[in-house]
Formats: sequence, C-alpha cells, structure tokens
Amino acid sequence: MSELPGDLLYTNDHEWLRREDDGSVTVGVTDHAQAALGDLVYVELPEVGLEVDIGGDMAVVESVKAASDVYAPIDGTITAINEELADDPERINADPYGDGWIVKLQPSGAIDESELLSPEAYQSLLDEEDA
Amino acid sequence: MGSKTPLYDRHVAAGARIVDFGGWDMPLHYGSQKEEHHAVRNNAGVFDVSHMTIVDLEGERVRDFLRHLLANDVAKLKESGKALYTCMLNESGGVIDDLIVYFMHDSWFRVVVNAATRDKDLAWIRKHAEDFDVSVDERAELAMIAVQGPNARELAAPCLGAEWAEQALALKLFTGMEAGELFVARTGYTGEDGWEILMPAGRAPAIWDCLVSGGAAPCGLGARDTLRLEAAMNLYGSDMDETISPLEAGLGWTVAWEPDDRDFIGRAALEKQRADSATRRFAGLLLEDKGVLRNHQRVVVDSIGDGEITSGGFSPTIGRSIALARLPAGDYDRAQVDVRGKLLRVRIVKTPFVRNGQVRIEV
Repeated sequence: MSELPGDLLYTNDHEWLRREDDGSVTVGVTDHAQAALGDLVYVELPEVGLEVDIGGDMAVVESVKAASDVYAPIDGTITAINEELADDPERINADPYGDGWIVKLQPSGAIDESELLSPEAYQSLLDEEDA
Repeated sequence: MGSKTPLYDRHVAAGARIVDFGGWDMPLHYGSQKEEHHAVRNNAGVFDVSHMTIVDLEGERVRDFLRHLLANDVAKLKESGKALYTCMLNESGGVIDDLIVYFMHDSWFRVVVNAATRDKDLAWIRKHAEDFDVSVDERAELAMIAVQGPNARELAAPCLGAEWAEQALALKLFTGMEAGELFVARTGYTGEDGWEILMPAGRAPAIWDCLVSGGAAPCGLGARDTLRLEAAMNLYGSDMDETISPLEAGLGWTVAWEPDDRDFIGRAALEKQRADSATRRFAGLLLEDKGVLRNHQRVVVDSIGDGEITSGGFSPTIGRSIALARLPAGDYDRAQVDVRGKLLRVRIVKTPFVRNGQVRIEV
C-alpha cells in the first residue's frame, strides 16, 4: 500500500499538489510513482520564472529503470525548484511528499479543481491500476 | 500470469516487485535496486536465474556438432567442466543467441541459453542436431541460482554440502563440476567472482535460504542489468539480435577463426564483414554532462555519422551514466548523444567499466 496524504490534490499522472498559504502550489510525484520508478538517479529541473501550461512538460525524473516526464498540473509560473534534488535525487524515494518536492508554482489564475483528483479519487485510480 | 520458478514464493515473501520477463514472473528488485547492486560489488548477492534454459546435448559426434553450430570452438574445451562463451549464428552471421557451453565428457555437453529465445533456440539446435545424431534434452526440471560478489563463494560453499565445499572452492574461473545432484560453475553475469548453481527444482528453496542466511542479498533483474552493463557484458535482444553479427556487437573475441577450415554456421558472412572497413564498431560511452543515457538514443559523431545506444543506464558504482553503443567506423574518442532533443557530450572508453569491484575507466 502506498502512502496517500488526505490534505493534497492529485493528478492522473501520479503527481501531487499542495496549496500553500501564500497562494503558491507545491508539486511532486506520489509515493506510488516513486515506487514504480525505483531508485531515482537524476532529476532535470526547469528554470525559475518559466511559464507553464497545464499538461506541459515541466521536469524529468529518471530512475535506474526509466525516464518519466513531470507535467504541469495547472497553468502558472515556476517560482522555486528543489535544488537539493540535483545531488540527492533519492529524496523523492525517501520522502515523496516532503523533502522530495520538485517545484513550486504561482498559479496564473483560479485553480480549476475539477481538473484534479481528490485523495479518494486518486485512490480509486490506484485500485483500478492494480485490478 | 507467467511461468513461475521454484523460488517465486520466496520472492513474493521478500517483498519483490514482480515483472514479466520473457513469459516468466521474475523479481525486478526487493526494495532498492541500487542497494542490491552495491551488495554484489562489495559483498555478495543472490539471483534466481531459473528462467534460463538448460539443454543437454549427447551423442558420439556432439563435439563435431557444436564445432559446426557455434562461432566459438568447443575444441578449446579439454578439461571436464570447462565452459566457453559463444554466439550461435544464422547463415548471414546474425546472432540467434549467445550462450555458455560446458564440456561434461566426450559425448555430453551442456548449454545454457536465454529464456526469451528458448523456442527458436531449441528449434534451431534440433534442426541441426539431426545430421549428427545428437540428442537434445531440455532440462526444465533444473533450477538455477547465481551467487555473485567478492564474498560469494566463501559464503555459498557450506550450502553445497560439506563433502563438496572444498572441491568447489578450488574451481578455476569459467569451470564447473558436478556436486551430487548439483552442478556448480564459477561463471556469472556481473563482473564479480561467484558461482552459478544448477539443481533439481525441489532443492532450490533450501539452497536459496542457505545463501540468504549466509549473508547474500536477494537481487532482482534490475541489479542484474546494471551489473552486467558496468561489466560490459552483452544482453541479447538489446546489444545484438539476428540482424547483427558478433563483429558489430563487440563479440569478435568470441569468434574462433582458427583453424580456418572449421565450417561453422555464419562463417562466410563473417569473413566478408571482417574484411570490410565500414563494419560498425561497438564501444563503451561515459556521459560527461548530467543526465542518463538510455537504449535507442542516437549517437552523433561529428563529420562521420550516427550511431545508436544499445544499452544505456546509470552506473551505481561510478555514479555517472554509461552505455554500450554501435557506432560508425572511424577513429574518434568523443561524440554526442541526443537525449530528448538535447545533445549531451560523451567520451568513448575502453570497457569493462567496472570489474571485480574496481572502476576500470578514467572518470
């Protein structure tokens, strides 16, 4: 069973979002995603200031097994990247919802939550994939 | 649901992530592929390789048969138990499979071929065996465990039974012996010392448990792949296939040209390729930029042409990305690789990358 915090929003691409008090959004990949990828060995991060559209490429996480794109879950601007991941990509394996965060975004408008998954909806997605 | 080895329940109980490999449900890793990799380089790891296909060949003319079937020459095998790595080629010199052949005695040889190529290998071997009156007997009832690493043999010796330990520890490199119902060989696919042990399926779980309790870390196919890549050992289906000759896959050293009248399948095609200066080269690459090299990425050699990565990945021992690649003929030591649209710099290096725990290239 993978860990699945109840205070986050999720995507079909196995990413999570946290809405911070200052209006920004922190994004990472889920516990399920890191387990499926295996040991992370490299993370390609975007430049701060990059404007992204929902569904667009934002970062790449590479494991011993494969490379996987990280997509922008909302429209916005990159305001911070987790530079610790350059030397220690396995933070994503060890703590996917904490130290393993990937980027922070400033949303360009109101976030359309209907495009995102609640913890319950994401759990259903995982159950379907297991079935 | 694929086929299951006699150790499948052990893998599940140990928390393995199970994947399909050539129709078999096999462990990819048991938690951390990197830790398994390091265990083999620094201590010992144990792999279930029971999916591999073991075939016994028997007959008065079995040696003549194999001298015709295989590109390497079994005439080199004089001591009982001695092993040889070789390719089995088609008429155009393409590789049907790579395999290890063991000389058991004058009328008995044993070959171990890949799981994914089992059907076509058996068909090919049977087709040619007829002319030599050689029997082809698949030993599906045997399981196979590899125990690899600097401490592997010492740790594994008690698991063979007290009466065999001493003799097994005295085995020379690339040599095997029968140990009662077991067959033990000092061979492997990791670049470390160790054994591959063949046994009746019913004995596999107890031997596995003995190796694990002796300190060998269970290792999955993931670590097996990064270990063999560092050791620059080819993987069938990635580094070569039926359209690629051993000369274009870095396996020229396994082709026995002498004696020049030995008529092995594929010889004429190989002779032609050998004389052709345009024959592609096969080399190791070390990534100098950040990132990870992957299979099928394009290699760009300035003013010469393009090549392709046949096996690429991250080397846990070196901490950088490495690859094996098929490259255009020519004399050069630098190139670039197209990684998702970006050209990254690579250096061409002499393989292996790692052997017996030591990094063998300049990083």
